[in-house]
Amino acid sequence: MALADASLEIADNEFFTLLGPSGCGKTTLLRMIAGFESPTSGTLEMFGENIVDLPPHKRPVNTVFQSYALFPHLTVAQNISFGLEMLGKPKDEIKATVDEMMELVQMTAMADRQTSQISGGQQQRVALARALAPKPKVLLLDEPLSALDFKLRKEMQLELKRLQTETGITFIFVTHDQEEALTMSDRIAVMSAGSIRQIGGPRDIYDHPAERFVADFIGDTNFLEAELVSATGQTAEVRLSSGKTTMARAQEGTEGKGMVTLAIRPEHASLSGEGEGILAGTLDNIVYFGTDTHYHVALDDGTAFVLRQQNTPDAASQFEKGSRVGVKFGADVAQVLRD
Amino acid sequence: MAKNKGFNIRRQTGFTTIALVCFGMLYLPIVLLVTYSFNSGTSIAIWEGFSWRWYQSAWANEQVQEATVRSLVLAFWASLTATTCAVLAALATTRTRKFKGQSAVFAMINQPLMVPEIVTAVALLILFAMIKVATGYSGLLYLVVAHSAFCIPFAYLPIRARLQGMDLSLEQAAADLYATPFQVFRRVTLPQLWPGILAGAMLAFVISLDDVVITEFVKSAGQDTLPTYMLGQLRRVITPEVNAISTVLVAISVTMVVAFTLLSKIKN
Repeated sequence: MALADASLEIADNEFFTLLGPSGCGKTTLLRMIAGFESPTSGTLEMFGENIVDLPPHKRPVNTVFQSYALFPHLTVAQNISFGLEMLGKPKDEIKATVDEMMELVQMTAMADRQTSQISGGQQQRVALARALAPKPKVLLLDEPLSALDFKLRKEMQLELKRLQTETGITFIFVTHDQEEALTMSDRIAVMSAGSIRQIGGPRDIYDHPAERFVADFIGDTNFLEAELVSATGQTAEVRLSSGKTTMARAQEGTEGKGMVTLAIRPEHASLSGEGEGILAGTLDNIVYFGTDTHYHVALDDGTAFVLRQQNTPDAASQFEKGSRVGVKFGADVAQVLRD
Repeated sequence: MAKNKGFNIRRQTGFTTIALVCFGMLYLPIVLLVTYSFNSGTSIAIWEGFSWRWYQSAWANEQVQEATVRSLVLAFWASLTATTCAVLAALATTRTRKFKGQSAVFAMINQPLMVPEIVTAVALLILFAMIKVATGYSGLLYLVVAHSAFCIPFAYLPIRARLQGMDLSLEQAAADLYATPFQVFRRVTLPQLWPGILAGAMLAFVISLDDVVITEFVKSAGQDTLPTYMLGQLRRVITPEVNAISTVLVAISVTMVVAFTLLSKIKN
């Protein structure tokens, strides 16, 4: 199956995201937590209790499905009350909770509609209300925004984050959209080929990717070959192809010598005049993007290096295509990647 | 580039002729049968004028009445039993983890479609003869059991098709919302499955109503169903009364099959 080795802990009231390309095992992991699939080995604990042998209907988790999976033979209100009815709640409590939930997702006016008579965004909100109504301890969300158009998706991202903060429920969110993960999550687990590559906060993951896959999957990155001179703790000294040395961030426990790969975000480096900076090359291309401009530099060792600089109203670019330029970046910017 | 118009079989020479011949072969005999059921004479081949007399005579015929009631009772119980079995079988073959020999089970459920009917008929005749000797019972139950058995695949196939076409995530969503397996079936699976169940039951009903071979072998004396009564009549005198009964049977079957088709098309 799709999951090789995954071990993680998720805290109470956390917005936790499983991020990875399709087929990386993120949905399988989510379905295991929900109880639709069982792991061949390993355990699954929730609040200190082993739930690996519990069937889905006995787990205190609810799921928002990618396809929403609304019951087509029930109305909006009946869909939302389903879980509460199954739990055997008293009628007046069910009614109160359903009203509250429809209020929460702004669907009160649609209570008696069939699910086929409402739009995709509305279906999405009903699916959310249905999963939140039984007040689960953990809410699982399987790419719930992927079927929505761009604008609606943006709105729902903020909406989901608001709901999570208001209800205090732990959200486990699955997505392949890195931007979605970065904007909503408290912590992100980046997955690839059935295992977890890195866990950390959005800033952590973006600024300090642990390995090439993570650096490549999230945002744009420049990769540079460099020689490790020394390493202590999270700091390393590396020698670049230009012969100059600089300080870089490294994983705890990086040691030894030899060639390593550095990752540098395009917006973390800046252009300088010829002879300045720690790398030198020729400015190959300048691409204007409105909010910012991309500078494509061919370094002297042949590597391509992209820089991104925010545009300001006054300053026209002082660099010309074809000219010799230098590239500089700060001590904490380059990240030594794990092999 | 030239526009690719694709292959259209309607432009083949003789297509219309062949189609007409096929439809003629299918429907001409039935049209003739229906027409002569309104014959005022006693012949099934010489037209003498329009009348309802053969319908009246069939309606008044006690043997026909008895056989009709027996046919309907038999078809009711057989389709009920077969449909119940078929629902369980369809659930077991679509809603469980894939198990070893699943396709063998599928083949076994559909056995009546593959074993020649005459073989089943002889086999049942022998088995039931043994039971009759042992128990002395010779009621309608033998026919109900036999009909139920060969009706199962006809009920099973549409129900299974419906189950396979259903979105599995709906049942998972119900389980996720604390529904026990039985509640999942009762509250989510069944409300979506009923058109399939009805369709299967109707098909089974028509198949049972129509059966001659197995019924002829299994029935005890005085247990004629409508088709075996007609067969018996044909051996003696042929009057348009048989046409009239047949016409009614055609009407029932067509109604059922149309209902079956409409039910199969109901979307979730």
